[in-house]
Amino acid sequence: MAKAKNTNRLDVYKTFKLYIGGAFPRTESGRYITEETHKGAFVANICRASRKDFRDAVVAARSAHGGWAARTPFNRSQILHRMAEMLESRRHGFEHALRERAGYSKADAGAEVDAAIDRLLWYGGWADKFVQVFGATNPVASPHFNFTIPESTGVLATLAPKDAPLLGLVTSFAPLIVSGNTVVAIVDHDHRSIAIDFAEILHCSDLPAGVINILTGYRDEVLDHIGGHRDVDGIAVFDATAEERKSIGIEAADTVKRVHFYDTPKGGDWTADEAQSPYWILPFVEFKTAWHPMGY
Amino acid sequence: MGKKTTTSVRDLLFGDLWEYAPAPQSTDFVDLDDAYGHYIDGEFVDVGAEDSFQTINPATEEPLADIACADEATVDRAVKAARKAYDTVWSKMPGRERAKYIYRIARMIQEKARNLAVVETMDGGKPIKESRDVDIPLAAAHFFYYAGWADKLDYAFPGAQVRSLGVAGQVIPWNFPLLMAAWKIAPALATGNTIVIKPAETTPLTAMLLAEIIDEAGLPPGVVNIVNGKGETGAAIVNHDDVDKVAFTGSTEVGKIIQRAVAGTGKKLTLELGGKGANIIFDDAPIDQAVEGIVNGIFFNQGHVCCAGSRLLVQENIHEEVIQKLKRRMSTLVVGDPLDKNTDIGAINSREQYERIAELVASGEDEGAEKFQPTCSLPDSGYFFAPTVFTDVTPSHRIAQEEIFGPVLSVLTFRTPEEAIKKANNTPYGLACGIWTDKGSKLFRIAGALKAGVIWGNTYNKFDPSSPFGGYKESGFGREGGVHGLLPYLEVR
Amino acid sequence: MANSYDVPRVPSVDKIAADERAAKFKTRSIKKEAKLKGLKLVISMIDLTTLEGQDTPGKVRMLCRKARRPMLQEGLPTVGAVCVYPPMVPVAVEELKGTDINIAAVATYFPSGQAGLGERIDEVKRTVEAGANEIDMVISRGAFLAGEYTRIYDEVAATKEACGDAHLKVILETGELQTYDNVRLASQIAIDAGADFIKTSTGKVSPKATMPVTLVMLETIRDHFLKTGQMVGMKPAGGISSAKLALRYLAMVKETLGDAWLDPDWFRFGASSLLNDVLMQIEKQRTGRYHSERYLSIS
Repeated sequence: MAKAKNTNRLDVYKTFKLYIGGAFPRTESGRYITEETHKGAFVANICRASRKDFRDAVVAARSAHGGWAARTPFNRSQILHRMAEMLESRRHGFEHALRERAGYSKADAGAEVDAAIDRLLWYGGWADKFVQVFGATNPVASPHFNFTIPESTGVLATLAPKDAPLLGLVTSFAPLIVSGNTVVAIVDHDHRSIAIDFAEILHCSDLPAGVINILTGYRDEVLDHIGGHRDVDGIAVFDATAEERKSIGIEAADTVKRVHFYDTPKGGDWTADEAQSPYWILPFVEFKTAWHPMGY
Repeated sequence: MGKKTTTSVRDLLFGDLWEYAPAPQSTDFVDLDDAYGHYIDGEFVDVGAEDSFQTINPATEEPLADIACADEATVDRAVKAARKAYDTVWSKMPGRERAKYIYRIARMIQEKARNLAVVETMDGGKPIKESRDVDIPLAAAHFFYYAGWADKLDYAFPGAQVRSLGVAGQVIPWNFPLLMAAWKIAPALATGNTIVIKPAETTPLTAMLLAEIIDEAGLPPGVVNIVNGKGETGAAIVNHDDVDKVAFTGSTEVGKIIQRAVAGTGKKLTLELGGKGANIIFDDAPIDQAVEGIVNGIFFNQGHVCCAGSRLLVQENIHEEVIQKLKRRMSTLVVGDPLDKNTDIGAINSREQYERIAELVASGEDEGAEKFQPTCSLPDSGYFFAPTVFTDVTPSHRIAQEEIFGPVLSVLTFRTPEEAIKKANNTPYGLACGIWTDKGSKLFRIAGALKAGVIWGNTYNKFDPSSPFGGYKESGFGREGGVHGLLPYLEVR
Repeated sequence: MANSYDVPRVPSVDKIAADERAAKFKTRSIKKEAKLKGLKLVISMIDLTTLEGQDTPGKVRMLCRKARRPMLQEGLPTVGAVCVYPPMVPVAVEELKGTDINIAAVATYFPSGQAGLGERIDEVKRTVEAGANEIDMVISRGAFLAGEYTRIYDEVAATKEACGDAHLKVILETGELQTYDNVRLASQIAIDAGADFIKTSTGKVSPKATMPVTLVMLETIRDHFLKTGQMVGMKPAGGISSAKLALRYLAMVKETLGDAWLDPDWFRFGASSLLNDVLMQIEKQRTGRYHSERYLSIS
């Protein structure tokens, strides 16, 4: 028989660490950000990721890229589906976190979790379809078979939206990883801990280590190092400021990185239909065109 | 009939027993002006108070015409004309009407094909054979292809709504002057944008002939504006506040400057930059065709090709055979007067480029690679460079890493497919690669592993308006050609 | 008979790229003195041919006289050979007495080759005895396509032996072999078996000689030479009726095999109407006016 709750019991605080290469290391810098609930209560001392953490995450993402891109699209699709399942089964924890920490209403928290689950499922479905929709066979005027397929760009940094701690994060990586990119997500808002909660979902979704890496910290602090990192192939930016657009663009030019600034949906409503599109996959694919003669 | 004898001299003599007589393309029908200004708002603008420079024939070093150098005020006039044309005419015109204008341009290029080819060769130094058989027909084909898209854009991108961007600022290189103009102008017009384009300063002439065609075709004033000039003019276009879209083809160095320049402006950007393409030859390749592919890969257009197969990767066990075949083949290449119909390798485009090639070739020799050039007599004047192959090259050599943009091939070897892939991808560039093998499964596996936008399997340097072209990594982003070539000029929602 | 022949491994041939390469020779522009010299070379390389069911001694005599004196104008070479059916050899011998013109005959039950080896060998021997000094044989395409490469080798070798001092040209009938890979392999087998020349076609099957097929054969000859030092000749036959096309073939020979093969000893055209077109072009070069066939004798 269940015992009554012991009101004197002390909560166990959770330590939120970074998520790099399928592991949860502390920041190498040893620095932290104290996160509070919307009401000002203590949540955790969150890792304040440094330039070197970013460097480590890029190493992890690079080593994961070949394997992830080489997975069959069907397999990538299944893994995104698995993420959706995992989130569904732990939805109450996230609803709770959104309400308690971020101050969401019950309905809003439910809506965000619903949208996050559905978005994972939706992009998962694109993994083995976008190649057909955006690839082509090209009718060249010579006896050659010619086709074009989209492939992943490589290692990306994604600057997650500043709102929607759960859905924003999902939106910031899902269109990137379906094609085979690996990402380092930078999370900078008041409820970073939810991103690390979500890392635990990733951790049990059969996602290979290093495909998604999550760093909590400050955009400003790592921004220059993202643009200037020569092993980063592209930068996806959500909720960009004018200064960010400029500085990221300038830094990215050093290695001709692909940069895309995703539009923030009207009213910052990340559950909106306009916050997901197969065309959001395109900024970070490379179109490869192959020719081969036909004859005997 | 010859007695069957076995000789000890086992080499072929490509001598003078039967030499091709000079076969110069006549130029008497070419009527060039002494000076060219710009084409702005439907008017030919004479060279005025602005600076001017000469464009020369690189095969003779003789000047062909004076060319105006647009300053910021001139560029501003051109952008204003383009904006006005966009707002008042071109963005409102039904696609089917835009299509007909573009079709007109295509037809007129065909009608004036020989004239354009001759001028292209005179101004740029490329063999008449190539300008006649490749550049000009492809330019016309490009306009034809995109003309047809103008009224079919709604079908190009499923589920999306598309909109033109506005004014496109375009800067193009000197290696395929008219063709690059076509690659830029045709999709921009088809998608409903208006244009300010700057041809390269060493090859402005066919762009001015294209201006005449556009004028004859009756395009509304301001839809296409062509301004001449050098780097500063290009910068003025790129930096103009009222330009919505920047498209650049040229060096990676300049591409980076442009990417920085447009940072934060919201201008849509596409870059088609340098390359250091690997041409991979396996031991099961159709060997004679592969050798031909090597030649075509590096000596086409004097090697002034961003997607040139400038790094030859040969499987170690056939290295000797391939090199011998290649050297023999090279000794039949005709180097010289670009206007001669038999010339295979014409003039280097400019003194500056010649010196860059010579400097890199010297570095190859200094670094210990082995140089081969066939005996060929080069003309006394003009910028001519003998076809060159370096063997014994290792990845650390400059000639294995830097884009030479000349008729210079660096040969490396590999032992396994994996090593070939590694070496091919061992470059910041990623524009094009070739793979030669008789085994389909190997070819497709390697094609998938190469980080390059164009993969030529058992062929090289093929181009088609319906085939997207563009790079990975520091070779740029965005595609030209095919349905994908529409994307850079559209807002897709 | 050599049963020990190992079927050679030959490089594969990519059709489209080979076609492209061959087409490039069409862009060679051959003008003025190069044209005149080339045209004269072409005349000397022609195997002036008549291979019709309706051939008569009269027709062959007419052909031989044309071979000796292509046109009234002086300073032109004679053709390389006349090429006739075996029964016509005595007529040609008679007509060509005192000239350097070779007498080629198509033996081995041309054009199908469908007869027993013994019968084919007998025909070759009889034809050589009758005075032919060049024998154009056909391979058994059926045997080749059935993969009986050793049989092809043996039959060519036997025919070569039967030829004695006469030269052997081996017709592959490339139009029936279809693929360039087959052409390359058949060329190599014929060369290995002792062919003095390899030849594309009988002229009775389409496609006849084409530039890319000839290129593939020239490349086989080249590689054999570079490996062994042994020269082998080449004869495209059928379908080459214009001087312009013949000059393109010459350009292909020049750039594939070099100067040594620009010689009737090593390169021939199997043709009938080519000669008069060459003569027309020579007249055009000489007079600057376009010529008419009405001024040329027929063969």
